[in-house]
Amino acid sequence: MNRFLAALAALIAGLAVTAMAQAQEPLRVDVTRGNLDPLPVALPDFVGSSEEAMSRGTDITRVVTNDLASSGLFAPIDQDAYIEDIENIDLRPRFSDWRVIGSSALLVGSVHIQDDGRLVVAFRLWDTRLEEQLLGLQYRTAPENWRRVAHRVADEVYQRLTGESGYFNTRIVYVAEGRGIEGEPLRQLAIMDQDGANPSFLTDRSYMALLPNYSPNSQEITYVSFLDGQATTYLYDLETGRQEALFTQAMREAGLDPDGQSLSARFTPDGSQLAVSIETRSGHDIHLFDLRTRALQRLTQHPADDVEPSFSPDGERIVFSSSRGGGSQLYTMNRDGTDVQRITFGEGLYTTPVWSPRGDLIAFTKQSGGQFSLGVVRADGSGIERILYEGFFVDTPAWSPNGRVLLFTRGEPRADGTRYEIWSVDLAGFNLRRLATGGMASDPAWSPLIE
Amino acid sequence: MKIKLFAVAVLGAFATACASTPPDDNSDMPIEPPVTDNGGGAVVDTTPTGPAEGSAEHFTQTAGDRVFYGLDRHDLTPEARTTLRRQAAWLASYPGARILIAGNCDERGTREYNLALGARRANAARDYLISQGVDASRISTTSYGKENPTCTQSNEQCWAINRNATTTLVGGYTN
Repeated sequence: MNRFLAALAALIAGLAVTAMAQAQEPLRVDVTRGNLDPLPVALPDFVGSSEEAMSRGTDITRVVTNDLASSGLFAPIDQDAYIEDIENIDLRPRFSDWRVIGSSALLVGSVHIQDDGRLVVAFRLWDTRLEEQLLGLQYRTAPENWRRVAHRVADEVYQRLTGESGYFNTRIVYVAEGRGIEGEPLRQLAIMDQDGANPSFLTDRSYMALLPNYSPNSQEITYVSFLDGQATTYLYDLETGRQEALFTQAMREAGLDPDGQSLSARFTPDGSQLAVSIETRSGHDIHLFDLRTRALQRLTQHPADDVEPSFSPDGERIVFSSSRGGGSQLYTMNRDGTDVQRITFGEGLYTTPVWSPRGDLIAFTKQSGGQFSLGVVRADGSGIERILYEGFFVDTPAWSPNGRVLLFTRGEPRADGTRYEIWSVDLAGFNLRRLATGGMASDPAWSPLIE
Repeated sequence: MKIKLFAVAVLGAFATACASTPPDDNSDMPIEPPVTDNGGGAVVDTTPTGPAEGSAEHFTQTAGDRVFYGLDRHDLTPEARTTLRRQAAWLASYPGARILIAGNCDERGTREYNLALGARRANAARDYLISQGVDASRISTTSYGKENPTCTQSNEQCWAINRNATTTLVGGYTN
């Protein structure tokens, strides 16, 4: 009997040690697991030093909560369940009140409006089990930037809890699709915050605009414009709205038809050069364009069409799609056009390769058996491809700056034609969500993190 | 005299076109686009005079302004060659006329891929017209990819109609 009690005591002690060990592991969200096990977090409204500041605090909390929930990695707990009423973020919270409602992390914050009108936003992130502060930061900003600050808070929380940089303080350029009075298709470039706020048009209805791509400094985009009646690559300055046809002169100097097609141009990671598919006498070939010398260098010569180039994050290699093997497949090559390697071999057509900002993966669209899918494959072509989404239509994948989420154009058949929307999915194939664009939309381009 | 000969040639070509059958791999591929449903108001033009000779309507009616392509193809079908020969003959009769050939695609492909495919379709039609004696300087080409569909529904019949190269008179013709 004594022996049994001793064994029981040892067992209990063992359990206690195990439980303590678990409790003392640092809070960490595994971004590779998708939304199978989102982390419960408590986000009480940021407190304010005045009526106006309290109202703004509520706004900021709403934006942060929406950001974190949209990642699929966090499960914000309903505010109605909260026990402690946070009044001063410089006091230690009553952690038991937050643990008992299941919260692992607690974000508290405050808003103060200075005499000059500027906002001071401070926050603390707590681990409710270890009862430790994980993060404490303060921002001072112009009042109209409150959304930017909210997204930065969400990015800080994301980074502290996942170990990876966030992607909430970003913008998205896309194609707003519609129909004109006579039913003609309208495709205008539009821009909005990553969460759908602050939408505005960049181009008007008088010409079609397609396939935008961000520059690494977020100040410019390239896109394909029908302003001249032919698909032509344009550079568009987001600050000034100024735009120019990029290659007309260079195409003439390179002995190409200056009225020929130039398509979607993507920047090198340092922003100094562009890769683009341009129409030549024998089809479409990948070219490199130097933004300083404004000269074109032809990288591929194959009579089949080579299109859709995208740089590796180190700028050393380019992935593109080509019909040189019959149906369209994906290939990589050095930035000077040497060492071409095929990286996809599956049935069907592979198009729209986009190199992950992490470097290891390439996202693609695959068309097979009347269906479209969004997938990823290792950049060296080894291993098997992973399909993240399959449906009626897929196009134009775009990576989040941290390489953990993909935006893509999704089409669904409707009685009056295909309806196009932008959706997101994480790298594990979970957390499929529609992007909050007003109407029909396609061709997302995801900005880098805004400084 | 020359005109009369041309008229005979055109009639002959027409008879061929009517007798021809769509390609086997796309038996539902239309030779002509379907009549648009205007809510019962669709009217077939039955005026006996027909369009003015040398006009854009005349070109469309006597030669045909569109050639169709197979799925993911840019090679010319026998029917497409027939239509293009009629276009070449018409253009020989109206040597001042200039044309724009626009390549179009169905929506079952990604955007950039289709912009390139549409260019191939337009170029295939242009090259054939040149081989039939049309001066290259009279022809310009563009590609709308899948961005300018004739038919907007999501079905195979629509997609077949949208896989085309459309020839438009852009100058030197009668209004």
